[in-house]
Amino acid sequence: MNIIIVGCGKVGGEIAEHLNDEGDNITVIDIDAAKVNTLTARLDVLGVTGNGATHLVQQEAGIRKADLLIAVTGSDELNLLCCLIAKKEGNCQTIARVRDPQYSSEAPYLKEELGLAMVINPEFAAAAEIARVLRFPSAIKIDTFAKGKIDLMKFRLPEKCVLTGCSVKEIMSKLNCDVLVCTVERGDNAYIPNGDFVFEEKDIISIIASPANANAFFRKIDYKINQVKDCIIAGGGEIAYYLCKILKKTGISLKLIEKDPKRCEELCTALPDVTVICGDAADQQTLLEEGLVNANSFAALTNFDEENVMLSLFAKTKGCKKLITKINRIDFFDVIKQLDLDSIIYPKNITSELIVSHVRAMKNTIGSNVQTVYSIIKGKAEAAEFIIRDSSPVLGKPLMELRFKPNVLVAVILRGNRVIIPRGSDVIEKNDSVIVVSDIRPHDISDILE
Amino acid sequence: MNFSMIVYILGWILNFEALFMIIPLAAAIIFGDNTILSILLTMGICAAIGLPITRKKPKESTLHSRDGYVIVSLSWIILSAFGALPFVFSGAIPNYIDALFETVSGFTTTGASILSDVEAVPKSLLIWRSFTHWIGGMGVLVFIMAFLPLSGGQNMHIMKAESPGPSVSKLVPRIKTTALLLYAIYFVLSLIEFILLLFGGMTVFDALNTTFATAGTGGFSVKNNGLASYSETVRAIVTVFMILFSLNFNIYFLIFSKKFKDAFKMSEIWYYLTIIAAATGIITVNINGMFPSTKEAFGNAIFTVSSIISSTGFTAVDFNLWPEIFRTILVLLMFIGACAGSTGGGIKVYRIVILFKSMGKELQTLIHPKQVKKIRIDSHEIEHEVIRSVNVFMVCFILVFVISLLCISFEDYDMVTNFTAVATTINNIGPGLELVGPTSNFAFFSPSSKLVLIFDMLAGRLELFPMLLLFSPVTWKK
Repeated sequence: MNIIIVGCGKVGGEIAEHLNDEGDNITVIDIDAAKVNTLTARLDVLGVTGNGATHLVQQEAGIRKADLLIAVTGSDELNLLCCLIAKKEGNCQTIARVRDPQYSSEAPYLKEELGLAMVINPEFAAAAEIARVLRFPSAIKIDTFAKGKIDLMKFRLPEKCVLTGCSVKEIMSKLNCDVLVCTVERGDNAYIPNGDFVFEEKDIISIIASPANANAFFRKIDYKINQVKDCIIAGGGEIAYYLCKILKKTGISLKLIEKDPKRCEELCTALPDVTVICGDAADQQTLLEEGLVNANSFAALTNFDEENVMLSLFAKTKGCKKLITKINRIDFFDVIKQLDLDSIIYPKNITSELIVSHVRAMKNTIGSNVQTVYSIIKGKAEAAEFIIRDSSPVLGKPLMELRFKPNVLVAVILRGNRVIIPRGSDVIEKNDSVIVVSDIRPHDISDILE
Repeated sequence: MNFSMIVYILGWILNFEALFMIIPLAAAIIFGDNTILSILLTMGICAAIGLPITRKKPKESTLHSRDGYVIVSLSWIILSAFGALPFVFSGAIPNYIDALFETVSGFTTTGASILSDVEAVPKSLLIWRSFTHWIGGMGVLVFIMAFLPLSGGQNMHIMKAESPGPSVSKLVPRIKTTALLLYAIYFVLSLIEFILLLFGGMTVFDALNTTFATAGTGGFSVKNNGLASYSETVRAIVTVFMILFSLNFNIYFLIFSKKFKDAFKMSEIWYYLTIIAAATGIITVNINGMFPSTKEAFGNAIFTVSSIISSTGFTAVDFNLWPEIFRTILVLLMFIGACAGSTGGGIKVYRIVILFKSMGKELQTLIHPKQVKKIRIDSHEIEHEVIRSVNVFMVCFILVFVISLLCISFEDYDMVTNFTAVATTINNIGPGLELVGPTSNFAFFSPSSKLVLIFDMLAGRLELFPMLLLFSPVTWKK
């Protein structure tokens, strides 16, 4: 694929490096000639110096032949403008990094009206990653797809599990809990189960569910996920805010320490379930007072890398079990790794990884109407994403009235910002994004019907 | 410094050299030359050294900027050192230094010869001599990069060090694709010339040699009197292609990708063509009397001007006998040279344009000391970095030139001979004036002077820095 990346910062560089290794033709644009030169000296990519949001510079970078433009400069507005111009000038797919919550909550509108393929918010992505670490420290493998919106939790059924001998449609009635079973691996075989599928011991199953439902499900089948009980969060920035939002209703009790009284007020209004403490997280006394010694986990999310490292080291000496440290600068990766700080979160890395995996998913779809294709079980089950347009045969009927091919499962419906895990009575609407898990590779949404 | 990787790439150079020699080998078989054994022996030596080295790629393949420069300069030296062997083994040029001079002159697309009777040399070796032009013109490492999986962006260092011109731009994101594209353009242009020359009445052998020599802007001829014995049509074809091969190859890429407007707007090419037109005009008017018709005078003038400025160095008339003013013009043209990003030599029009523009800028700042001014070419701002490197290049050029001139002046030849000998080798042209004029050769220089000129040819082809860095202690410090 021909890919143009606007912005040669850390994120742009990482994306360029990964995609370059995968054989894509990369052109990078940055207004700073020195940055372009450093990157082109390191990687086999073409560099263009100039403002990426002007059509002349984009033309020079070959926008007409590009398949994708990724805008990851420091400025949200510039990124969006780059994508708009690319859309007009080259009619390619576009991805923008948008970190301001005011814009990123507009993501569905931006995607629909401005034709963006993906809007990525690095803070939200980092928060989702932290939430994952806090919720599932144990044997559950988590695949994230659909741009980080959906977690596919894959685990092995324990011995003497309630589910053994139970069929898929009985989950709802027996356990009274709303989860969707996507795939079942039994020995070398993979199944995409329908309602009558019966579980056996030692099956590896993958499910999709909202965080609250997933927790209830695991509790009811008596699967120990070792979720932490409480968490002290140092620093009340955007990541902390998103983290609290995601962890709502998972039963993790949250304590947030923030210095700025005004920000505390805001957070308190936005997050009624969270204990907001107005104090300096860097003050050891405050931390001890708030029960660091007995805390299950500690997340250092202030804006200063050094402070985060020191805070985590301090929490470690006080016997805190689960540590999360946010680091913005990637440069000292190796040094920090040696500090043995448990989980380290690099928002920039997470952003670039998400974008790269999305590009990979895009690459699988060349020549079809599919938006993205993610591999769930290698070669045996894939999740394909479709956007439903007018006159689609799946439109307007409840799912149970549609006749699907065997081994096809409508796993998720994305409607605007909402993630719907569908039931038989749900109806697919126009402009929905639908994720279908199947063992065929559908080229169009109509391929999944009989 | 990554020695294992340097050795690995040098090993590939030898493998490719053995491969290149298939062409003279085939010629030797076709023409029944007695050179088959000498060529096979050389191929054997190259392969015997190259193959074991390249059996395993080093684990650490990172190349830094200095590795790139060392690889380029050593590659060219090794390529020439082994490329000279068939001449020695076959006895065509018994003296190794002479053979080396001839080979370096070939690879660097200079075309200066030490042979007084070219026609006596076996045809297979003449083919090899001309083929070194063709490979050297576009660059042997560019060739290797087009076919060898040397992944990583670090290869840009190699390409930068080998390609003519102050700033190298890739045509497409990948070096490999860029290298392939360049060779594709090169090959197609060469093929067109070859076919046209055949139609112009040349034999296959002569056409092939002339094509190789024009494409690389080299200038080796297979006749003792250069191109003088061929028809006017042939000379016209060669003139056109000498100019075509000395244009910036970006223009062909732009035409190929249908960006005619951008191609038309490349100011370097306009400057270049203007210089050719002006020089041809002046010379035509003034030598009119020496030829029976204006047409013939014009033909000879444009042939000689393009031959010199494109750094090819083909000769059809003995311009050594022309009035002094024209000899001076020709020497000036030698220094200007071809366009950046072409197969030609010289200082390059692009650098000359930058030098003139920065001179203008300096003069203007004398009058308006606080004025902020940028140099632009093709409405692109030229970065300060590039201007600085052009200035440094100029200084190095003058230094190398002066020192070389001094070195060869120990022999008691006249100033014009010495001056033009250095000028013609460092600019990769071919013939000079007086004793090294179009009808004579370089055989009379002593071996030490020949070594100096060999260095000049290599330094000129690689744009000075790689060769200077090779001999600079800083490069080898840890």
